[in-house]
Amino acid sequence: MANIKELASKGNFFSPGHRACAGCGGTIILRLLSAAAGENTVFVGATGCMEVVSTIYPYTSWKVPFMHNAFENSAATASGVESAYRALKKRGKINKDINIIAFGGDGGTYDIGLQSLSGAMERGHKLLYVCYDNGAYMNTGIQRSSATPFGASTTTSPAGKEIKGKMQHRKDLTEIMIAHNIPYVAQASIFYWNDFVEKVKKALNVDGPSFIDVLSPCPLGWGSEPSASVELSELAVSTHFWNVFECENGKYKINVKPKKEKPLEEFLFKQQRFKHLKNNPELVEELRRYLNEKYQNLLKKEECSNR
Amino acid sequence: MTKIVAKTGNEAMAEAMRQINPDVVAAYPITPATEIVQIFSSFVSNGEVDTLFVPTESEHSAISACVGAAAAGARVMTGTSSQGLALMHEVLFIAGGLRLPIVICEVNRALSSPINIHCDHSDTMASRDAGWIQIFSEDPQEAYDQTILAMKLSEQLFVPSMVTTDGFIISHAMQRVEIFDDNEVQEYLGEPKRPYNLLDVDNPITVGPLALQDYFMEIKVQQANFIKESRSKIKEILNDFNKKMKRDYSVVEKYMMDDAEFCFVALGSTAGTLRYTVDRLRKEGEKVGLLKVRFYRPFFEEDIVESLKNIKGCAIFDRSDMFAGTGGHLFNDVKSALYNSSSRPFLKDYVYGLGGRDIDVEDIESVYRDIKEFTENNGKGETVKYITVRE
Ligand SMILES: Cc1ncc(C[n+]2csc(CCOP(=O)(O)OP(=O)(O)O)c2C)c(N)n1
Repeated sequence: MANIKELASKGNFFSPGHRACAGCGGTIILRLLSAAAGENTVFVGATGCMEVVSTIYPYTSWKVPFMHNAFENSAATASGVESAYRALKKRGKINKDINIIAFGGDGGTYDIGLQSLSGAMERGHKLLYVCYDNGAYMNTGIQRSSATPFGASTTTSPAGKEIKGKMQHRKDLTEIMIAHNIPYVAQASIFYWNDFVEKVKKALNVDGPSFIDVLSPCPLGWGSEPSASVELSELAVSTHFWNVFECENGKYKINVKPKKEKPLEEFLFKQQRFKHLKNNPELVEELRRYLNEKYQNLLKKEECSNR
Repeated sequence: MTKIVAKTGNEAMAEAMRQINPDVVAAYPITPATEIVQIFSSFVSNGEVDTLFVPTESEHSAISACVGAAAAGARVMTGTSSQGLALMHEVLFIAGGLRLPIVICEVNRALSSPINIHCDHSDTMASRDAGWIQIFSEDPQEAYDQTILAMKLSEQLFVPSMVTTDGFIISHAMQRVEIFDDNEVQEYLGEPKRPYNLLDVDNPITVGPLALQDYFMEIKVQQANFIKESRSKIKEILNDFNKKMKRDYSVVEKYMMDDAEFCFVALGSTAGTLRYTVDRLRKEGEKVGLLKVRFYRPFFEEDIVESLKNIKGCAIFDRSDMFAGTGGHLFNDVKSALYNSSSRPFLKDYVYGLGGRDIDVEDIESVYRDIKEFTENNGKGETVKYITVRE
């Protein structure tokens, strides 16, 4: 297991000085991700907050090669980079071992980029795709995505008199990725930073595509205190809002099974996006029911797949 | 040593691709371009090329993968048509802006709706502002030669290129094609040249950043200036191609223009029918010529103005419409090129061949009569005419 001091001192490929908001989960994810991957890594990032805050010309936060193409195609672009890498290696023009990592927000991953991601995963390119999942299109001003949780208020699913925020549950992209039968799929949370770092290393070591979905607190979009991002990353797990698990060659493992489960409200009501639910307890119940069912299913999958 | 074979436009382009032997080809099928990548994938399967073939799930991903691969230092090609090129649209501009040497074998086909699989130029025209070189081919020979030339141009200029053929008319029509030796093509192209290399982890760079009000304009003006200046470089590269590969191409091709009073201007396969019609009309003593525009982007304004300087009446053949109430693309470009010229011919647009509608010698002869009359009337009346349309 990595030591946080070691990680902080040598793995600084995503430098400070970027323009992200205070308390941004996405930049913590990139910092850990680039540290875990090391210097021989090429990143491809989708349009979205992380690309915007890190590459304002003529500056860049990236000390490793970074490429941005468009919003919905970071997986396809990375599949091209990976193909070039293999082709040039075959021709003896490259001899280094290079990691290829694509990333995008949940909008660029669950919605507009889903086809491109699915295609790249199905084709079996050796690349890691990381989704920083803040549960909305934050860059354009907090619009709903298919990763926005049930009940959350966003600018295109605003909590109003009639409709109380987003009325659909989250798309389960991680399961969709597992259904691609790729060698490694995981969910992570920055509170469990060492788990995330280990997952990145594992993912980069498999011979084929891998996918990690990381919960990414967003103070602006969630209406939370900037100082609460890491705490929320813990609460999300101990309330089963977000499960930290992996699926390696079809075998599930829940990496964090909260010893003391906390009431969902503790996670929800630290965020303005859920505040209207205080007056709508039946909606909190519906969310709780859904999340519990997800967790129970996950426990069953873990049991069945390891039999 | 050249070899003479019979090939369709698609086969000729696939053959050029085989000889170019790119590092990466990423593509998605669409009629009438499907065959190009189909033939090419058999080259891959049989080990006749070293290329890594990426069969993407869409054209958007195909061109995205091409952009990624080209930025990573690979020699990259793809092929598409119509809806496929339209789906690539967003990324075409990115490839242009990132100055990536990518070559698309593009088979011209009408854009929907109505859906139609046959030739017109609406697809290629819709992407004319993307910062790509656009080369039209009259026949399989040109399609073959120009595919090889395009790779050279793109790698010399760091501007992506699309070489087009006319769907079915050229893509599926078999003609005599002179093929170079494999090593001649390799020698001509040399090692791939790249503007930068994303995979150089020892010299990390950031590609495709966000540039705002303070830098965006300078970056785009650089691109615009480069494209402007690239015209003389394209001529040099074309001359060099002619010398090394024993061809005789020019950016715009003049036929019987020296003493012509009237002329036709066209792109692509129709130039063949026009040339034939010019010969027929010449036999009847008519002073008519043909100007074939080989390079549509960049637009060789000066060469076109110069070619038309002694012309009285000029019939532009457009296989596309701008839906602006002002006719087709070529007409509008030629018209604006002539604006500052002291000797302007009367100009009339003949929109033809949409969705593969055939055009024959009689149709062209009636255009000739019409442009003569239009000229005699000092350009009075409609300046855009849709021809071969059922009443
Ligand atoms: C094709 C296209 N459609 C829309 C946009 C506008 N756009 C830019 S970023 C973005 C949202 C990004 O959301 P997400 O992927 O969740 O990342 P985040 O902003 O949260 O970092 C949108 C809609 C775009 N750039 N391209």
